[in-house]
Amino acid sequence: MEVDRGAMDCAVDAQSLISMSLMKIHSSRTQRGGIKLHKNLLVSYVLRNARQLYIREKYAEIYRMQQYEEVMAVCSGIQELEPLEPLEPLEPQGAEDAEPEQPGRAAGCGDESRAAGGREPPEPPYYRSCCMEDQFSQNCNKTTVLDLDTHVVTTVENGFLHQDCCCAAAAAPQCAPGAAARKRKVDSAGCSPDAEEPSDYTAGRKRLKREECSGADASNISNLISIFGSGFSGLLSRQADLEQVCSKQALASLGAWTRAIVAF
Amino acid sequence: ADIISTVEFNHTGELLATGDKGGRVVIFQQEPESKNQPQCRGEYNVYSTFQSHEPEFDYLKSLEIEEKINKIRWLPQKNAAQFLLSTNDKTIKLWKISERDKRPEGYNLKEEDGRYRDPNSVTTLRVPVLRPMDLMVEASPRRVFANAHTYHINSISVNSDHETYLSADDLRINLWHLEITDRSFNIVDIKPANMEELTEVITAAEFHPDQCNTFVYSSSKGTIRLCDMRASALCDQHAKMFEEPEDPNNRSFFSEIISSISDVKFSHSGRYMMTRDYLSVKIWDLNMETRPVETYQVHEYLRSKLCSLYENDCIFDKFECCWNGNDSVVMTGSYNNFFRMFDRDYRQDVTFEASRENSKPRSVLKPRKISTGGKRKKDEISVDSLDFNKKILHTAWHPLDNIIAVATTNNLYIFQDKLN
Repeated sequence: MEVDRGAMDCAVDAQSLISMSLMKIHSSRTQRGGIKLHKNLLVSYVLRNARQLYIREKYAEIYRMQQYEEVMAVCSGIQELEPLEPLEPLEPQGAEDAEPEQPGRAAGCGDESRAAGGREPPEPPYYRSCCMEDQFSQNCNKTTVLDLDTHVVTTVENGFLHQDCCCAAAAAPQCAPGAAARKRKVDSAGCSPDAEEPSDYTAGRKRLKREECSGADASNISNLISIFGSGFSGLLSRQADLEQVCSKQALASLGAWTRAIVAF
Repeated sequence: ADIISTVEFNHTGELLATGDKGGRVVIFQQEPESKNQPQCRGEYNVYSTFQSHEPEFDYLKSLEIEEKINKIRWLPQKNAAQFLLSTNDKTIKLWKISERDKRPEGYNLKEEDGRYRDPNSVTTLRVPVLRPMDLMVEASPRRVFANAHTYHINSISVNSDHETYLSADDLRINLWHLEITDRSFNIVDIKPANMEELTEVITAAEFHPDQCNTFVYSSSKGTIRLCDMRASALCDQHAKMFEEPEDPNNRSFFSEIISSISDVKFSHSGRYMMTRDYLSVKIWDLNMETRPVETYQVHEYLRSKLCSLYENDCIFDKFECCWNGNDSVVMTGSYNNFFRMFDRDYRQDVTFEASRENSKPRSVLKPRKISTGGKRKKDEISVDSLDFNKKILHTAWHPLDNIIAVATTNNLYIFQDKLN
């Protein structure tokens, strides 16, 4: 999608649009008369458009970084053969990699939004990728691809498939309360639910456990972007407190997730 | 609560109804033409005021239901009384407006003030007679059509058969019989099985003016679907779909928002229909689905301001549009209390402003011009000085005469053609 950015009058960077959209969604919940389905649908389109642009730009930047890193890796490989100085831990690139991963974890939250009542319990969480932990960052130079239609996730790391580690075991205990908080109707996020489907409306308004926010603002925005990655379902009923929602642990507590799309 | 939310002339144009955010309906009546000034059409004065809807609370869903009147539609007159349908987000009501100008006097068992007389004091009998009284206009709810819509009702439309009407919410359209309140038929349902797959909602719906089997509904994606109720009970399959391909050069973050149709209106002839999206008005020939036959830009200068308009929520404003009596002119509102008219025959357009400061009663409206280029000419208004809080969303045109009703946020303006 080509965006005619020249025509925009205000500071149209994707990030400000995303935060603006999220605030609108958040405030729509307290509006009189209930959530307006039409308006929230339109806001979700803006969110999607901004997210697509943001991710595209982000990965263009990361791709450039990766190219640089590959060159660096070759150089350090040469250095290893002649071990004159200790290697610097590749912190910066880990942090870079962490960013695309975090969005993915968040995105699944959208998928998890299911109707209350007759539906099956939330799916078990996906395993969190190792790259999110800084200590693994040296070994990780991965890109993950998500098909938003089929929700198939493939992870590719420098030419070979990466085995996701079992960090989910640590995350699992946190899933239960999170799942309960999110066990609400999909459409109640955007509209009045049907009378025939029981609505866990008030549950959706419970605040997530306060977790400290991790990562830079940029990664938080990525998480938020990916929350709404899976279309309208991303419009969950969580309190859209940016700091809460974007924190790693808060996301882990929400159960399954999918990883962000990587365009390359 | 005084914010006007709908304006509608009745079928003769004698009555003009407005609904507001507080759930009230105010009806204006045109005074008969006076013999003193035969050139001047009668003025509109308040005829009746009543509270149509009250705020409600849905306990099951913990939702407040706004009392704001979303739409009013008049029924064709069949007897001395007038009937109109008014709706809020959830409930449609049929109101009967009737006049009373006589009252009975001379009861045997009651005093004039209503107190009962002692039967022992009655010595003679008399027949009560009807005596003239000051005109009283009464509004009484005759039918309440409730509990049929899960989502917010955006349109109602009376069928040309004068027996049925449709009501449309974001995802469904129901068909009612005016006499039957306890059931309605669902004729359109676009709710996906999985709400995550929701991509569009219904934004407006209207019956064809002559063909009682035909109706159209518009969507947030900028499409209009024409349905024939004879085809099947559930009209999910459209008979025709009207859609104009998007111009790729105009693609932006807000493309989806500005292509959402806010109003659809059939022409009086039934041959054309008009749609309003955020920046333009389009006229469609029902025989051609691929593109509109005419497109009029209402305020193209806003295209570069979409981001600010998104920020202040103005981009979500739902403008209505209307035809004049012979379908030669269409009208719609804009910002800064401007409204626009497009003459289809002469290919001219004009902008007027509805404001007390800029036009005195009985004076001729002066056309306005908005300066879009760098240099602002005298009398032109620059885009940056437009007041986006002053918007004209609702307009109505008298069905027979050149009289228009234009609603600003709190005020109703009635303009008419200069006659001589």
